[in-house]
Amino acid sequence: MEQNPYLPIKMRLIKNLVETEDRNINTFTLEFLNKQDEENFKYLPGQFAEISAFGHGEAPFGIATSPTEPGILKFSVAKVGCVSNALHLMEEGTMVGVRGPMGNSYPIEDFKGKNVVIIGGGFAFTTLRSLAVYMMDEKHRADYGDITVIYGARNPGLLLYKDELAEWETNPNINLVTTIDKECDGWCQRVGFIPTITEQVAPSSVNSYAVVCGPPVMIKYTLPVLEKLNFPPERIITSLEMRMKCGLGICGRCNIGTEYVCKDGPVFTMAQLKELPSEY
Amino acid sequence: MKISKEKFGQSFDALAAEYKTIAPVSDAAGVVNYEAVESFSEVKQNYLNSKLPPKSFFFPQHEKLLSYVKEGKDVTVKNELKVEKTILFGVRPCDAKAFLLLDTVFKNDMFTDPYYFERRDNTVVIGVACNKIAPTCFCSSMGFSPASSAGADIFLIDLGDSYQVEILTEKGKALAAVFPELVELTVEDQTLVDTIKSAQTTSQVDVSTITSKLEKFFDHSYWDTLQEKCIGCNSCTFSCPTCHCFDISEEVRNNKGSRVRTWDGCMAPLFTLHASGHNPRDKKKSRWRQRMMHKFNYFVHNSGDISCVGCGRCIKSCPVNLDIRQVIDGVNKAELVVN
Repeated sequence: MEQNPYLPIKMRLIKNLVETEDRNINTFTLEFLNKQDEENFKYLPGQFAEISAFGHGEAPFGIATSPTEPGILKFSVAKVGCVSNALHLMEEGTMVGVRGPMGNSYPIEDFKGKNVVIIGGGFAFTTLRSLAVYMMDEKHRADYGDITVIYGARNPGLLLYKDELAEWETNPNINLVTTIDKECDGWCQRVGFIPTITEQVAPSSVNSYAVVCGPPVMIKYTLPVLEKLNFPPERIITSLEMRMKCGLGICGRCNIGTEYVCKDGPVFTMAQLKELPSEY
Repeated sequence: MKISKEKFGQSFDALAAEYKTIAPVSDAAGVVNYEAVESFSEVKQNYLNSKLPPKSFFFPQHEKLLSYVKEGKDVTVKNELKVEKTILFGVRPCDAKAFLLLDTVFKNDMFTDPYYFERRDNTVVIGVACNKIAPTCFCSSMGFSPASSAGADIFLIDLGDSYQVEILTEKGKALAAVFPELVELTVEDQTLVDTIKSAQTTSQVDVSTITSKLEKFFDHSYWDTLQEKCIGCNSCTFSCPTCHCFDISEEVRNNKGSRVRTWDGCMAPLFTLHASGHNPRDKKKSRWRQRMMHKFNYFVHNSGDISCVGCGRCIKSCPVNLDIRQVIDGVNKAELVVN
């Protein structure tokens, strides 16, 4: 982080990839312009950054790359607002601004020696990808037990990182379960909503953490399943979204009770969330 | 020790040539606000307090954070942080105390806001005790008084034709040389000082238990009706010396642009609106609750103090007469329903 936390570093958009069939999510690959910027940007899975589309504004997005992938940052972003629309239309080679890394990370130190079950729905798979890639890295893989990923989308075209998922299918380092909401031609994986599939897969809660990200309704119905599997709230992790501006815990809008999602989050345990007002 | 107002005025004018000097000034309608002055003769004395708090000299209502020029696919970004050596004269105890609270916001466990602190560090705050107290003032309930010096670098008490002078900080000492002719207080002066120092606000409100009461108050039905007449205008937050929320937005023309920050407030529905359309504080009820919870509970957890200084500006500025004292009282009197 630079001394003035409001000043972004410049990064070059080297790839603007349409990620999903509905063309609503693109993955932006940004390249660091120099070693110094990259060294200053030390991040962990779960953190986010504020991206400037100059002329349009700045918005916070979770980092989809893992720190084990040097030289670049990736962000997979849905086209919903002013900044995300500008980014979707941006020509490759354009300079963007990046401030960060911001927020806390997934508790990767606590995960050491434990099994980790990653449960994701829809496009809330970006920082989960970062986490999976980080733990699967050859330098880190021995630190963790079984890694299970349960990932679902409405239909196959809406899954992110399809090439990578295909590779994970046969990768012995990870147990991947993908699902879609409704049966469709050419799909030979599971069919059903995330809570149902989680119940079927029934990952053991013994010596395990669960990390759940997705639409609120998915989280709402997945939590009881995890409780039934005896995951205690302290070992169920999620990441929250909020409208943010400064990303520094100052501008005042992203709080849930005493906690600023930008600075104290975005990663919380269910045990922590139970102590906070239900205002998110 | 004291200095005659005549001598003080001469010193003030000498400082005004060297520093950007801000002081209370009255307009034709008698409304007092803090503005840049060049001479002590422009300074309003015997004012109750300014309409808007002096926080804007550290945290302006509108300021450029950075500017940029786009050329093709490239962009050049420039930091727009500019600071002048400043003297902020005539700050009332409530507003000086508010600076101490704002300090805890603009510097947290991870970040320091350079725009706020560069100005703060380059400004000497000269506080003046209140000789008159408004019916909306309730600082005595908030742990200090109309003659508290906390937050000031130099603190003055107006004795009519002279000021009692207390130099409190290193920053204050740096200016001490310009007050060379300090003389001892007379017996009458001391009596007057004692009277002013012992004065309390006539309006009082009990905040002794509000923080703990609010711990279990989030879902209380008290919030349902409290806010009914509020029109969400944000006058309370804009006139509040401790409110610090802001927006960051873009001002662009052709290939040139600036990133600016402007005051924002929790009473505005857009404040928390996600790009997706989801809004965690989509009701006036939740916004009012946020304002009260933040000032009297969340802030205490995060900064160790209540984020209200009892200046009464929100009471004066509210177009529908919502009175924060009555809200505090209402929380005090509301029965806790144990589930």
